[in-house]
Amino acid sequence: MAEFSLPKNSKIQPGKHWPAKDAKKPRTFRIYRWSPDDDQNPRIDTYEVDLAACGPMVLDALLKIKNEIDPTLTLRRSCREGICGSCAMNIDGTNTLACICAIDKVAAGDVKIYPLPHMPVVKDLVPDLTHFYAQYASIKPWIRTQSAVPDKERLQSPEDRKKLDGLYECILCACCSTSCPSYWWNGDKYLGPAILLQAQRWIVDSRDEATGERLDDLEDPFKLYRCHTIMNCTRTCPKGLNPAKAIAEIKKLMVERRSA
Amino acid sequence: MNLRVGTDDVRSQLRHPMKFARGLGSAKHGADHWWVQRVTAAALIVLGLWFLITVLSLLHADYASAKAAVAKPWNALLLILFVVTAFWHAVLGLQVVIEDYVHTRWKEVVLLVAIKFLAVLGALAGVLAVLRIALGV
Repeated sequence: MAEFSLPKNSKIQPGKHWPAKDAKKPRTFRIYRWSPDDDQNPRIDTYEVDLAACGPMVLDALLKIKNEIDPTLTLRRSCREGICGSCAMNIDGTNTLACICAIDKVAAGDVKIYPLPHMPVVKDLVPDLTHFYAQYASIKPWIRTQSAVPDKERLQSPEDRKKLDGLYECILCACCSTSCPSYWWNGDKYLGPAILLQAQRWIVDSRDEATGERLDDLEDPFKLYRCHTIMNCTRTCPKGLNPAKAIAEIKKLMVERRSA
Repeated sequence: MNLRVGTDDVRSQLRHPMKFARGLGSAKHGADHWWVQRVTAAALIVLGLWFLITVLSLLHADYASAKAAVAKPWNALLLILFVVTAFWHAVLGLQVVIEDYVHTRWKEVVLLVAIKFLAVLGALAGVLAVLRIALGV
């Protein structure tokens, strides 16, 4: 059966408290901590951060904590402007990018920060995305053609280019896939919203000639049809995309090529 | 198989992550299930409404007049359609629930086969009941 409670060694313990010294505008951050190097259970550490001396985003606070309070705090980040997808994490119960999540937009009370849900944890806020990336590679996310390679680039009309809008912007941060209960229970086989949106990005591309093969590869009770239109993906996408709609479009194409 | 594959599993099992991601490949079906689930759902909107109205109209009827209502050709026909469609739709939905949540393979297979047996049994029992009344045997 699906597991609905945490295994013993994943139960979260209370952790350390780092009070702020004479802060003008203190805010409390409660952050999930786990290290593979000791045999401890995960814990929640509490940090008080002076927002008067901190940037506006949750990532600014995390980096302030790492730089000034506790250098052992581990997280991924790179571009700090919502384009690389590295700092995806669960903030106040919602998967989002720490770099574009304003601290004052987080509901009143403590700011609770966890790694992306239901993934193996490498350390602290760093999830293991090995399988997620392998699933992405498995859909062959590149242009595939049968026709001879032309001398110049393959052209696309502005109308056809428009069909990629809402798809090409996906940065593969994994916020949507790890918010999806279906991906939690069956992520070993279900491709999840992010990968299916990427699949649709190539299915809908006017220059790609492997549409049929792509649909063949996706037509599977688990790879595609574990999507039950729960819509968590669309609600959580920090880029404002609609993976649920992309999946619905794939399901429509599956019906289109068969007899009713 | 592991529910989720991380770097540790890949290292310890000496397999590339792609081996887990591609798994047994696409079953190349699933669209039929999806389509039939929706077609039966649409049919059940009509048949379900008809069933509800028919049952409500028999609210204070005695046994003989209820039996006579079921025996009417159109009522018998629609009742059979309703029973078959309902069981068909139910088994498609139950299949999804089992596939979602039951992760021990033998339990999954036993349950998937059992619900199909039970659905056929239930549908046939319903059809037989209506036919016996309709044909007066």
